[in-house]
Amino acid sequence: MLTLKSVHSYYGSLHVLKGVSLHVRAGEIVALLGANGAGKTTTLKTISGLLKPRTGQVEFQGEDISRLSAEAIVQRGIAHVPEGRRVFSTLTVAANLELGAFARRDHQAVKKDLQEIQERFPILRERARQPAGTLSGGEQQVLAMARALMARPKLLLLDEPSMGLAPRLVQQVFAIIRHLQATGTTILLIEQNARAALKVADRGYVMETGRISLDGTAAELMDHNEVKRAYLGKGYQEVWED
Amino acid sequence: MLLQQILNGLTAGSVYALIALGYTMIYGILGLINFAQGEIYMAGAFATVLLLSAYKVNFFVAFLFGMGVAAVLGLILERLAFRPLRGSHPLVPLISAIGASIFLQSLALLLFGPADRAFPLQFEFAALDIAGVTVSTLQVAIFVTALFFMALLVVFVKYTKFGKAIMATALDQDTARLMGINVDRMIALTFLIGSALSGAAGIMMAIYYNTTYPRMGLLPGLKAFSAAVLGGVGNIPGAIVGGLLLGVAENLGAGYLSSGYKDAVAFAILIIVLLVRPKGLLGGRGH
Repeated sequence: MLTLKSVHSYYGSLHVLKGVSLHVRAGEIVALLGANGAGKTTTLKTISGLLKPRTGQVEFQGEDISRLSAEAIVQRGIAHVPEGRRVFSTLTVAANLELGAFARRDHQAVKKDLQEIQERFPILRERARQPAGTLSGGEQQVLAMARALMARPKLLLLDEPSMGLAPRLVQQVFAIIRHLQATGTTILLIEQNARAALKVADRGYVMETGRISLDGTAAELMDHNEVKRAYLGKGYQEVWED
Repeated sequence: MLLQQILNGLTAGSVYALIALGYTMIYGILGLINFAQGEIYMAGAFATVLLLSAYKVNFFVAFLFGMGVAAVLGLILERLAFRPLRGSHPLVPLISAIGASIFLQSLALLLFGPADRAFPLQFEFAALDIAGVTVSTLQVAIFVTALFFMALLVVFVKYTKFGKAIMATALDQDTARLMGINVDRMIALTFLIGSALSGAAGIMMAIYYNTTYPRMGLLPGLKAFSAAVLGGVGNIPGAIVGGLLLGVAENLGAGYLSSGYKDAVAFAILIIVLLVRPKGLLGGRGH
């Protein structure tokens, strides 16, 4: 469904992605792991068009999307939930959801989707008229994900959805991710919480300084000594083990 | 006397508020003070006056024409003076705005000459007596029209898809793009709306003072800027409140101190706000 072929991306003159190749098949959850600064967020930004690759290709459903604008890429069916949730804080919860469907023209279906999403996440209906900035961190994450779903994406890019959330809310976020997979959404997921990510993922990639250093099935990565040492360290295990 | 000054102030203030909305919306979305806003106000007035003196058209058609010319001028300005400079140091587009302001003033001087032009239509305005205070129906008409445009804008921003998209773009451009919002188009739309409102303000003042001239936008432009800062630049209700308050304050200053202090009051308020509460009465961007 999505294929990156030796993608190089820059922030100004800073060479961040140094030949990233990866692929995501339809229906999969793929985890993208790695330390801070490895280039995970930059990879997602390059896919969603916020950043243009200098060389290399991003292919989505057989089409080269690496030169398309972010707006055009949303219309192709890729929704990106950015790091730090980035809800529109002074707009209402309802307005945030509506903006998620901005690129869609099927207004009747949008209305129906809005209702469905509000049924699935009742908090978003209760708080519909409230500014999004007044929600708690966990609620904002739910809103950010729901807003992305309003675009009816074929592929969902999630950047650190559990960042800064209490353990109970982390579980809730991962429950949503599992549910999304069950309903046929393909997901590319960045997580600091590697153990939780590999639990829901089918496959994973590990990034290091702008390159993919490892890839394999979730089970393989979970067993890999290097991954364990680097991202599932002892302290981590105590905090996140359920 | 007090009530009289307040009513006079509300008339002028409602016009400042219309221009201030242009400043505040453009600041909200680009972080830029468009100092050419006063010249857009002037252009709206000239377009209407010239059309009315050349052709026998309906007043309302001429009014809309003036707003349209102002809107198109705003779009051209965005395209030529600001878009190419996006992403550069914030002082650069500011200098460009001041340059555009001087350029448009000089251009108007060249094209239309320095002389004052009277408004081509003569209206019969009655003087109303409200609780011992004289108000002309013209003042009422200006106030009501200004409020109408403000209400229209608030409804647009709060309840329409594109209004919400403008707010989203003002809050977070990258995330707006991830929603499929074309940021360039939203910026252009903001210039179009803000400029149309300034054009309407210019036309109303051309009728009120019965004069149109190339430098007419200078003082109202600066006062509306003070009004936007007073309310909190980037904040739409703030621009409205700031405009009305500023209009009332300067008329009270003119009435109780001396008419010579009228303009000084507006700028004294600007300085005090910047010193005491720089984010304005209602706070900053994104409202």
